[in-house]
Amino acid sequence: MITVHDLTKKYARTTAVDHISFSVSKGQIVGFLGPNGAGKTTTMRMLTCFFPPSAGEATVAGFDVLTQPLEARRHIGYLPETPPLYLEMETADYLRFVGQLKGLSGAELNRRVDYVCDRCAVGEVKTKLLGKLSKGYRQRVGLAQAIIHNPDVLILDEPTAGLDPRQIIETRELIRSLAGEHTIVLSTHILPEVEQTCEQVIIINKGKLVATDSVQNLQARFRGVESVLIDIAARTGAFSVPAIQERLEKVTGVGRVTCRDQQANSAVFEIESDRGRLVRGDLARLVVESGWDLNELRPAAMSLEEIYLQLTSAESAAPPAAAAPEANA
Amino acid sequence: MRNAWIVCRRELGSYFTSPVAWLLVTMYSLIFGYFFWVYLGHFVLQSMELQMMGEMAPTNINEEIIRPLLANASFIGIFFIPLISMRLFAEEKRNGTIELLTTSPIRDMEVIVGKWFAATILYCWLIFYSGISFCFLFIYGHPDWKPLAVAYVGIVLQGAALLALGTFISTLTRNQIIAGAGTFAACLLLWVFSWVSSFNPAGWAQVLAYLSIITHFESFGRGVLSSKDCIYYASVIFVGLFFTARSLESMRWRS
Repeated sequence: MITVHDLTKKYARTTAVDHISFSVSKGQIVGFLGPNGAGKTTTMRMLTCFFPPSAGEATVAGFDVLTQPLEARRHIGYLPETPPLYLEMETADYLRFVGQLKGLSGAELNRRVDYVCDRCAVGEVKTKLLGKLSKGYRQRVGLAQAIIHNPDVLILDEPTAGLDPRQIIETRELIRSLAGEHTIVLSTHILPEVEQTCEQVIIINKGKLVATDSVQNLQARFRGVESVLIDIAARTGAFSVPAIQERLEKVTGVGRVTCRDQQANSAVFEIESDRGRLVRGDLARLVVESGWDLNELRPAAMSLEEIYLQLTSAESAAPPAAAAPEANA
Repeated sequence: MRNAWIVCRRELGSYFTSPVAWLLVTMYSLIFGYFFWVYLGHFVLQSMELQMMGEMAPTNINEEIIRPLLANASFIGIFFIPLISMRLFAEEKRNGTIELLTTSPIRDMEVIVGKWFAATILYCWLIFYSGISFCFLFIYGHPDWKPLAVAYVGIVLQGAALLALGTFISTLTRNQIIAGAGTFAACLLLWVFSWVSSFNPAGWAQVLAYLSIITHFESFGRGVLSSKDCIYYASVIFVGLFFTARSLESMRWRS
């Protein structure tokens, strides 16, 4: 749906986006992640034909952004960082105007306006002036205008910036619910957002592509080893943490065992094992056969936050974007 | 051109839902009404004096009232044109709504023409209120309506031309005051360019005088619809809108 090849944007002295390439397939939600000033907005503006790239090419829905901008724009819904609202207009009038700009008219236009009002929950402010709306409503009207012409591609620039926690959750849910019909690219510098909403992550830093992969793969890739958390309790008898630890370490495939939490008669251990070895079954059997209770056994995922910090802080240590996934796959 | 009309309608809507249009028309009517009152009073006094002196030669309303008033109307317009055009692009740039327009499937030229046309319609609406004063002349006297109509064509053309320049200047900044001041300076300079030729016979002075708005309004004021002056206004409109388009394009490459 979106292909980007060697896309570059140079301003007078700085290079905002430096030869980045990636592609997004239909129906995906992709998180565009990077610290402030990394070039996220610049990339999105090139994709939406707001300005042309200095070099490289990008196609959206099969149309080149440089040579066929009008066709490309027809397939894009765009929500800039600040929703582009005319504050002196009423919500419904504004949505009608945007719909007309995108080429809708007549009964179709009315139908779409009603639909997006319903979808983005802005029905009750239809006749209010946009200038009088709260930030959360403005953001939702912004989303409504982006989807009014039912575009194939939705490009959302920091859709949850400046919202309160409840509005953030609502907005994320709304975005997730849109994923089936549209291909979505959303930028953010908030990590949990990507973990919660996106399937695919593109991390950029200082205009350069640092990593592009699925959320799970990225997490796994930076582990190198797999680790599980196991919560063990003893109903009767002695409960000695070192003894249990020793027994756990003897299971084949287990590397390091560390005690994370210790109660009177229960404890949580983090167990690292070689990747690809299925140690969980063995661990469970050991615990049950030893007469302990197995309260919990779950994978301990590395949070995207750690990965992100690793990737964006140590430039020299950052793995080459394209080669890395294959190497670790 | 459907898209241009969509932009134009929205633009008019925002003029009329905000106090801008109403405030402008109030001020314009007030100023023009004052001018009309002064000219009329002067005319009445003059014709009474002439009658007392026993002269029966009829005085000409067209020459004594309508012509000078229309010249003034075109001059008052210069003060209002920056107020109309300054927000066209500057406001969009400041609010970020320019991103909506430039990422919609619509050509830059359609946006520009739509906005300029909306500004021109608002200007015509202001001018329309000056017509109310002239109605009184038709009720109580018998002025010739044809020169009046021609002069109105001139005023509208002149307004449209200056608004095209104002539209261009509005794309250069995100600050409405700068856009307004710049437009006002440009309008005033175009107005007074003709003075150069009065003391300087050089070629460049003649060119400058030709560029002046006022030299082209003169014939309209006399009731003469000359193609030369129509072409002048049309070319100013074209140049203004052309530069607007280039300016928007360069904004894309720069920003």
